[in-house]
Formats: sequence, C-alpha cells, structure tokens
Amino acid sequence: MRRITSLFIIVFSVLCTAPVLGKTLHVGADHPFSTILAALTAAQSGDQIIVHPGLYRECPIIVNKSVTLTGYGMPVLDALGEKEGIIIEADSVTVEGFEIRNTGYSYIEDRAGIRVKRNQDFTIRNNRLVLTFFGIYLEHAKSGRVTNNAVLGKPLGEANSGNGIHLWYCKDIDIEGNLIRGHRDGIYFEFATESRVRRNISEQNLRYGLHFMFSNDDIYTRNTFRDNGAGVAVMFSRRIHMLNNLFHLNWGQAAYGLLLKEIYDAEIRENVFQKNTIGIFTEGSNRIHYKDNDFLNNGWAVKVGGGCEKNDFIRNNFIGNSFDFAAVGNMQSNRIEENFWGDYSGYDLDKNGIGDIPYRPIKLFNYVVDQTPETIILMRSLLVEILNFSEKVSPVLTPAEVSDASPTMHRYSR
Amino acid sequence: MLRIIRYSFADLIRSRWLYFYTGFYLVLTGALFFISADLSKVIVSLMNAILFIVPLVALLFGVMVQYNTREFTELLLAQPIPRRSIFLGQYLGIATALAISFLLGAGIPFVLSGIFLSGEIWNFSILLLSGVLLSYVFSALGYLLALINDNRIRGFGLAILVWLLLAVVYDGLFLLGLAWFSDYPLENVAIGVTVFNPIDLARILILLKLDVSALMGYTGAVFNKFLGTSLGMGLALIILVIWAVLPVSMIRYISLRKDF
Repeated sequence: MRRITSLFIIVFSVLCTAPVLGKTLHVGADHPFSTILAALTAAQSGDQIIVHPGLYRECPIIVNKSVTLTGYGMPVLDALGEKEGIIIEADSVTVEGFEIRNTGYSYIEDRAGIRVKRNQDFTIRNNRLVLTFFGIYLEHAKSGRVTNNAVLGKPLGEANSGNGIHLWYCKDIDIEGNLIRGHRDGIYFEFATESRVRRNISEQNLRYGLHFMFSNDDIYTRNTFRDNGAGVAVMFSRRIHMLNNLFHLNWGQAAYGLLLKEIYDAEIRENVFQKNTIGIFTEGSNRIHYKDNDFLNNGWAVKVGGGCEKNDFIRNNFIGNSFDFAAVGNMQSNRIEENFWGDYSGYDLDKNGIGDIPYRPIKLFNYVVDQTPETIILMRSLLVEILNFSEKVSPVLTPAEVSDASPTMHRYSR
Repeated sequence: MLRIIRYSFADLIRSRWLYFYTGFYLVLTGALFFISADLSKVIVSLMNAILFIVPLVALLFGVMVQYNTREFTELLLAQPIPRRSIFLGQYLGIATALAISFLLGAGIPFVLSGIFLSGEIWNFSILLLSGVLLSYVFSALGYLLALINDNRIRGFGLAILVWLLLAVVYDGLFLLGLAWFSDYPLENVAIGVTVFNPIDLARILILLKLDVSALMGYTGAVFNKFLGTSLGMGLALIILVIWAVLPVSMIRYISLRKDF
C-alpha cells in the first residue's frame, strides 16, 4: 500500500511540476539581481532562483511563491543573531544548497533557520544550518522532504537550546540523511503523523536524539543515535515502527538508548543497542513487539517499569550486558521467548538448538542493586557470584514469571 | 641482593608447583577460548578465576617458600650479607616467578587467539596487570605471615583465613553494611571501603573497563566522578601498588628485628 502511495506521489509531483517550468533568475555580485529579496519580488511561481556564492544579510527571506531557491557553492545567509533564516509560506517550494547561520537565541520566540508554515510539497535539501536556535521548523506542513541537511548547533542548556528538526502538526514528511548535532532534541515530533525518518545521524543532543509526542503511524529506520541525553524517546504515541537503528553510547545518570512511555502497538525490530546505560526503558507501554534486536554491552539491556502488558521479547541477542533485564511490577502477560542470553549456562541434550532449562534473566544482584544502588560497586565479586548462584538454585526474591522458557544456544547472526 | 633474587627465582622455577600453576592457567584460558569464541566473555570468566585463585596461590606460595627455605635462610644469615637483601631478595624472587608464570599461562592462549587484532586488548591488559599486581601483594602477605609465625600450621591457617576474609567475608560485611545503612548517602563510604581490600581494588579496575555503562547509571556525583573518569582507574592502580609496598616494608621491619 505504501509503495503505491509513494508511486502516486511521484507521478503526481511530476505532473504538477512539468507544465510550470519557468525562467531562471540569478542572484550575486555580478549577476542581474544583487539581493535574493529583489529576485523573489521579480519571480513568478515555477521560477528558479539561483544564488551565487557570497554573504547575504537579508534575513528573514520570506518565500511566498512556489519557486526553487538554489544556492551554488554554499552562499551564506547570516541572520545576524536576531532574525529567522528562510520562511516558506507557499506550496511547492524547494530550498537547497544554503548555509544559514546565526539566528541567535531567544526565550520569547522559536527562531528557526528554515521555517515552513502551513503548506505542502516542499523540499529542503543539502543545506547547512549553523548555530540556529531551531534548525528546521515545520508547522502544519504536509507532504514535504527534508533531506541531506547538516544542522549543527551548540548545546547551551535545555532551556536555551532549540530542536534540530521540529515538526508540529505535520503529516507525510520524509526526513532523510540529515546530520543533527548539539540541540535540545535532534528531531522532535509533536502531532506529526505518517512520517518517515531514515538514515539520519543524531548525536550530542542535550535531551533526545529523536522525540515523539502524540505522534502516530510514524516509521524510523537506519538512523544512528549516539551520545545523546537519551537516544530516542517515544511518548504517548501509537503504531510507531522502529527498525534497523543503532543506539550507541547514550551514557549517563538518566540515559537511555530508547525510552518508551505510554505507547501502544509499536514494532521494535533489528535495532542495535550498544553501550548505553539503559538499552530500553519502557513504562506503561502495551502490545509492543521487541524482535531480533541486539543488546550489546549495555548497563541494563531492558528495564521494564510498571504497567507494561502484552509485550513480546522474541529472538533478541543479549550479550555482554551488566544486567540483561530488570522489571518492576507484574510481568505476567508479557512473553519472553527464544532469545539468546550470553550468560545462559544451560544445556541442550536433545540438540534442537533450544536450551533445555529456562533462563531467568533477573538475578538476585539486580534486586540488591535496585534496593541499594551503591552496592553496584560489588558487581562481579565472588560473593555476588555465590549469591546469584544460590538464588538460581532456589529462587526466593527474584520474580518467577520473568523467564525465557526456550532460550537458544547460539547467537543469532545478523 | 640481585644474586639472591636470582637464586630464589631459579629455585622456584624448578619447582613442580609452579609448572602446575602455569599449566592450570594455560588449560583454563585455552578451554575458555575453546568453549566460547566471544572474547569479552572469556575476559569476564577469566576475571572471576583471577580474583579467586591468584590471591590464594600467591599467599600459599609465600608461606610455603618462606618455610621451606628456612634452613637456607639461616645459612645465609651466617654470611656477611645484609638482612634486607636476603629477605627482600627472596620475596622478590617468589613474586616475580609467580607473576611471570601467571603472565605466561594466561597470556599465551590470548596471544594465539589474535587478541592484538581486536578491541579487547585494553581489557585484557588491565586483566593481566591486576593479576600481576595481586601476585605481588599476596605473596608479600604470605611471606610476612610465615615470617611472623614460626609454627607452620598456624602460618598456613592464617594465610587461608586472610584469603577467605578478603575474598568473601569482607564483601559480605560490606554488602550487609550498605544494605543496613541504605537510608544514608553511602557513596563516599563505599569507595573508601574498597580501598582496604586489594581484591576489590583489582576487581574495580576491571569493572571500570567492562561495566562502565552500568556504573555511569548511578546517580551519585561522587561515584560518577570516581568511576566515570580515568581518575578512578589511576587511583585504584596507585593504591594497589601501595598495597604491595606496605607488607614489603613490614617484611623489612620484622626481618631486621627477628631473632633466628
């Protein structure tokens, strides 16, 4: 169905743009127009404006016609610390090849490098946004593409940093191949639906690499979230698909690879969680499929908070984590099956590749550390091994329902 | 002194026990590699073995060698050799022999497995380093115990008691204490208490390499500062060295005053 839709979009956009191939206007020091605004005034819908290298101090540039704004050789738009960069106020606008910088920070307004206001079919690509408060700000926008941009901020503090790519009441947006660094949230979705986030790198952001609030039916695949406050946070959202992403090095006191809060019916498949303090933290989230993920060298691979019902943890690799699993509350309705556990010490007498005794990923020491966090300093000591072993032989304190009845003997290779 | 080190080293090198010790590590490490191809898992298993066995063996060797060479020591004492050289020389000979046999036993399988090509090389070096340091610390403790107690049974008994205390009982009391006083901020105390146990120190050295992700999750600022930076590693190393120096200076002090 999705393929048909995208095919339809391509055909439709070709049909739309074909008849309006307009003229080309050149902007630059030795070209007909010396300012972009002059060219915009002279342009008609369907025209292309080519901006040649140079420094342009005429922000904010308001694009209210359906034109293509192309920068050759990265012309620089300097907002001088108090304006927005480009504001798109018409449908079918393309902005490409600009460096937009220095919008300054504000506590009163959300200044953006590129803002899209209530329109559709826009394309924003190959731009560089440096030290913009908000990078690319889409409000009430539809059917647009944001591709191959670099959004580079300087993290100051959560209160005075904006989001790299910010979506507010949007639908059907493609965000692809961007690099986002040093913002509050790398990419922020609020009431943004049916959108796709692909092959982006979001790193060194203060809060989240990618953040969903009240956003349904979105997909994010093949992204890298590295060294953020938390990799991705999905909150109060439904039917989000999270596939093939890498969550890496999200370290710190409240750092998660993936944070799930009150979400429903999500697919979390084939992701890699590596060296995060907590790989996945989930709370109040129901009917989620965690399948074919790799949890490598995390502090806690999965931490399940209260109110999580009907989730499946199937065919994941848990390798080299300090703690594989932690759970608060009742896990009765959740399924944990066919995972590979690096610490599994059972045997497989019938040689069917499935261990003959169940694996219980919550060890006694998990419980102790939850009660008294300082005891973490005793991790891997002989005493702790003895305690874990005696608990394994006759469980008293660890919950019996958190158990993988069919652990595999061999690591899933992917 | 060098000659005495060399003699005591050579004496140990010829001993069957030392071959057995090296062979044990060879078999253990080799078997671990054979069972699981995952390097980091091998390191974790080996770590448990090292923290368990190295202190015990070093303690017993220290005690044993001191007792076995009693007569030879008394012979040496009759010669015009300073006491300091005799006893320190003997100790250094034992400790070095132990450290080298540990290095060979644990190191050869790793080298054969091509560790130098993988990212685990640092974890592994820390592992070897803490094993070597533990050899020095505990053979000094053993030697000291034997020097103080002329009764052999008492010496061996004390050595095993010391090992049991430091390897298990200490952590048990520590854990109980932490749980008991969990209403209070304990992070400074927790770090402070580990300082007094060389096995814990060595363990933390390895922990800082293997489990940083989890350690970083702890909310206390002191912990994060200590465990999250290279400060913790440097400090732990220095204190471990102090742990080796202390009993050695005790050996020196007692050997100068002891009446044979």
